[in-house]
Amino acid sequence: MSQLGMVYALLGAAIAVILAGMGSAIGVGIAGQAASGVVTEDPSKFAKVLIMQLLPGTQGIYGLLVGFITLSKIGLLGGGLMELTTSQGLLVFCACLPIGVVGLVSAYYQGKTSAAAIGIVAKKPEQFGKAMLFPAMVETYAILALLISILSVTNLSF
Amino acid sequence: MGKTNYTYAVARIRVLETALFTSAVIEQLLACRTEEQCIQFLQEKGWGDMNTSESAEAILNREQEKIWETIRELGVDMKVFDVLSYPNLFHNLKAAIKDACTEEHGKNLNIYYEDTSISPDEMLEIVKNKEFSRLPAFMAEAAREAYEVLLHTRDGQLCDVIVDKALLEAIYAAGKEAKDSIIKDYAESTVAIADIKIAVRSQKTAKTMDFMKRAMAECESLNVAQLAKAAIGGMDAIVEYLAGTDYAEGGKAIAESPSAFERWCDNRMIQTMQPQKYEVFSVGPLVAYVLARENEIKTVRIIVSGKRSGLSDDSIRERVREMYV
Repeated sequence: MSQLGMVYALLGAAIAVILAGMGSAIGVGIAGQAASGVVTEDPSKFAKVLIMQLLPGTQGIYGLLVGFITLSKIGLLGGGLMELTTSQGLLVFCACLPIGVVGLVSAYYQGKTSAAAIGIVAKKPEQFGKAMLFPAMVETYAILALLISILSVTNLSF
Repeated sequence: MGKTNYTYAVARIRVLETALFTSAVIEQLLACRTEEQCIQFLQEKGWGDMNTSESAEAILNREQEKIWETIRELGVDMKVFDVLSYPNLFHNLKAAIKDACTEEHGKNLNIYYEDTSISPDEMLEIVKNKEFSRLPAFMAEAAREAYEVLLHTRDGQLCDVIVDKALLEAIYAAGKEAKDSIIKDYAESTVAIADIKIAVRSQKTAKTMDFMKRAMAECESLNVAQLAKAAIGGMDAIVEYLAGTDYAEGGKAIAESPSAFERWCDNRMIQTMQPQKYEVFSVGPLVAYVLARENEIKTVRIIVSGKRSGLSDDSIRERVREMYV
């Protein structure tokens, strides 16, 4: 039997992990630059800016989670590797796309928003709570994509 | 995906902005009775350093140096800031031309700005040897013309006009070529404000239309020919002309008093920089910080010299510039 179904399914898991991970790496990198700038001048703000920097890191975790669920679903982790048809493989692939694509884009913009929010903390540290809300809003869309990916992968009936 | 090259630098600048003097701090400085109290106040705020003498001038000069030390530390491309150094560079050119044309052929160290892309010594050497081609293209022709004019006519004012116009044209050209909107805005505001200053001063000293045309530089936000024509018509005509431009507030300041007009000129530049408070990824906040620091130092200098000369608080307050933060 053709292994194409399994290839598509694995590609889906890889896309979820790679794209969301890339997004988080970029986002955390951008926010990290801003955080470093603040800590260079004022080390006392380290804890606050560190939290801001970590916010775009969640998409990578979501991608990893979907990747695990996908590998588990296709039996790669449990030892009982399933035999998937091409269409089944493509279904798994499609189920992984939301968190991959939305994870990449949302992490990038969350990184930029975090950098801007770090600017608020730099000038008005007492406004930390409000500042954190702005990048947190971007998270909503990563969570929505995560939900759809998890629901899709777990509810595929094969 | 957009560029985020200045993220680190802007974040650092945001912290440094918290140390900029606010209007409240300026009021506290104004409340000092003597120059000595002002110096003590500035030292308490961290101005100067361990090696700076107790004189106001030394402290202010040290603060000026600190601006560029900070910007260099940020590790950004310094070419973006070239346009900000043009005024000092062209000032050194004027000084070198005047030094080269005097009989002593000496160098009056006190009138040069250090820390320019062409050192004062090199500038003097270029002018003395008439090697104007060694200067940047935007300076060379003006330098040659100003040198010849001063040498043959001994007209220092005309020499200054030639160099100053070349400066404005260089700033404007740099603004046109710049990718960053902040440099474009800076160039436009600088040239327009300089043109208005020329018109006002020319009107007061009854200069001719030809003089003004020779001194003013073209820019987008003002029609130089109309401004010069208004200056010939009188101060009211200048105010009337400005009322129809972006610089209507300048017209009101002219009508108020000469010091109000000078203050408006500086305030206008700071107002141009205000949107940079909300920029995160561009070079704008860095440029705005440099201009804000220079404005702050200028304001402190006005207050300290006012205290030294025994001016009244109201008289000093009238000259105090708007703060960036």
